Amino acid sequence: MSEQTGAAHLTRGRMFSILGALIVLLIVCAVAAASFGSAHISLARAFTDPMSPDHAIFFAARLPRVLMGVVVGAVLAAVGAALQALVRNPLAEGGILGISGGGALGAIIALVIFARFGGGEVAVPLCAFGAALLSTVAVYRLAMVDGQLEPFTLLLVGVIFNAFWGAAIMLVNSAVNFYFAHSILFWLMGSLEAPTYSEVVMVALLGLAGFAVLMFRARDMNLLSLGDESAAELGVDVDVLRRTIFVTTSVMIGAAVSVSGIISFVGLIVPHTLRLVFGADHRLLLPASLIGGAAFMVAADLVARVAIAPAEIPVGAITALCGGPFFIYMLRREGRRPLSL
Amino acid sequence: MTTTAMRASAISAGYPGVPVLHGVSLEVAAGEMLAIVGPNGAGKSTLLKVLGGSMKVTGGSVDLFGRSLGSIERRELARTVASVGQENAVAFRFTVLEIVLMGRAPHLGAFRFESRHDLEIATAALERFDLLHLARRHVQELSGGERKRVFLARALAQEPKIALLDEPTAFLDLKHIAEIFARFRELSAERGMTVIATLHDLNAAALYADRVLLLSSGTAVAYGTPDEVLTAENLERVYETGVYVGRNPSTGGLMILPAGTASARQQV
Repeated sequence: MSEQTGAAHLTRGRMFSILGALIVLLIVCAVAAASFGSAHISLARAFTDPMSPDHAIFFAARLPRVLMGVVVGAVLAAVGAALQALVRNPLAEGGILGISGGGALGAIIALVIFARFGGGEVAVPLCAFGAALLSTVAVYRLAMVDGQLEPFTLLLVGVIFNAFWGAAIMLVNSAVNFYFAHSILFWLMGSLEAPTYSEVVMVALLGLAGFAVLMFRARDMNLLSLGDESAAELGVDVDVLRRTIFVTTSVMIGAAVSVSGIISFVGLIVPHTLRLVFGADHRLLLPASLIGGAAFMVAADLVARVAIAPAEIPVGAITALCGGPFFIYMLRREGRRPLSL
Repeated sequence: MTTTAMRASAISAGYPGVPVLHGVSLEVAAGEMLAIVGPNGAGKSTLLKVLGGSMKVTGGSVDLFGRSLGSIERRELARTVASVGQENAVAFRFTVLEIVLMGRAPHLGAFRFESRHDLEIATAALERFDLLHLARRHVQELSGGERKRVFLARALAQEPKIALLDEPTAFLDLKHIAEIFARFRELSAERGMTVIATLHDLNAAALYADRVLLLSSGTAVAYGTPDEVLTAENLERVYETGVYVGRNPSTGGLMILPAGTASARQQV
């Protein structure tokens, strides 16, 4: 049964107070992540003494990593929320649907080819985007049965895509030399290891641009929850909306995957939790997922860095360890009451 | 002098390779209630989709208040015509009020939040369908009848001139059927709203509709007042079974029944 006390609908005031609270949460997570790590540093010394090792560790290693966690987590969670609106299924997510896997394969192929000629900084995210877009459209079309999106067919197609892309990545892995093999493993596991500031800026810019487009269509995503036909009858050009989400989410996933590899389940856990607490309105869910995803990723990466320090766990393993059981729990709920989350 | 809200001239429509409607014409005056009746598969829902613009005609034309349906921009159309389909599945847990407020979308810009005015319209729509006490509930938790009313309230929040309702009373009990028709009668009296509804229930059509269109295999068999259309002769031909049409002794209204077990036994 539902909580009778919940808000009946979203107002601007409610939206800003929730987003404000989430920003505070993000700041707390980010400061914690910047303060702790395998090496013990003093934040005060890092800021005051430019010659100290604390300064070097903070600005060369920890800060870019935290920032990368912020932008990648934000992108993945916001994309998750948008994909769920697109397929009307709370179990959809870039990693689960095999879109991130497609993007990773595109990135790897570009990496291998452009290592010889240079220009990889542009080609890798571009190919990741192209392959992600291809995967999104293919998954969507294949899950269509008689003009209806079958929720469980969609998930099965995602499973197949993941297996297929994984095999293709392994194939490339076997064919290339050891230096590449290491990067390829990194992509498969999903990691925020050793990012550069220029990578952070690239993901941030593409992510923000994509997010702005999604926000512009947030109310239309609400209407899409009523079905294609009802959305159209309420004035939404459903085909245009669908294409917009295809392209926008693919750009965003492509950008994230090209720097961090396949980090799954963030796009599932974060929007689902936020929807449960704050309601389903996408005008709040999208920005809340953006901020909440950043906080979640930064926290997960902190665990990845300190859990077995000085050794490190890939952050993708942490998110998958949380996300696997979470997914099963949601799947069981879905079975009882279809499409009601 | 009444204005014509909707006019369909010899429309044909269907799915690729499967023609459904063959040259159906109708004309509904503003404020009238039209019932579309006919056997399963006669094309009732398809006709409603064509009238709502969600399905294209392959022949003929549809006019809304004298303008061609195809020439009206999507959002403007959504401010003129509201549709309630048979299937009302909602993904995600929206509250009843949120669903009804979605009816305001065609009136709002992309970033505009619903104003006090929009909230008042949604609240009035909830009140009219006796849903105010459910405003905070999630639609998934409601009964079939309650959910149906939520979608009728959403259509009302669109403030349309024409409401297209596909089996609005399916699975509802007698009290709610009577109430829903009473509400739409009020709306037609108050603001001249035109209602076009497909109905399985011939007695409801006889009781509540101003005009009846009898469809069979995608063709209009009869079109006129309930008394003209709902005759034993017409109904027996279309439904291919014995039909008794009499008068309700207490009201004098039309009363339509299957012809009875005796003839059913004879047929076997």
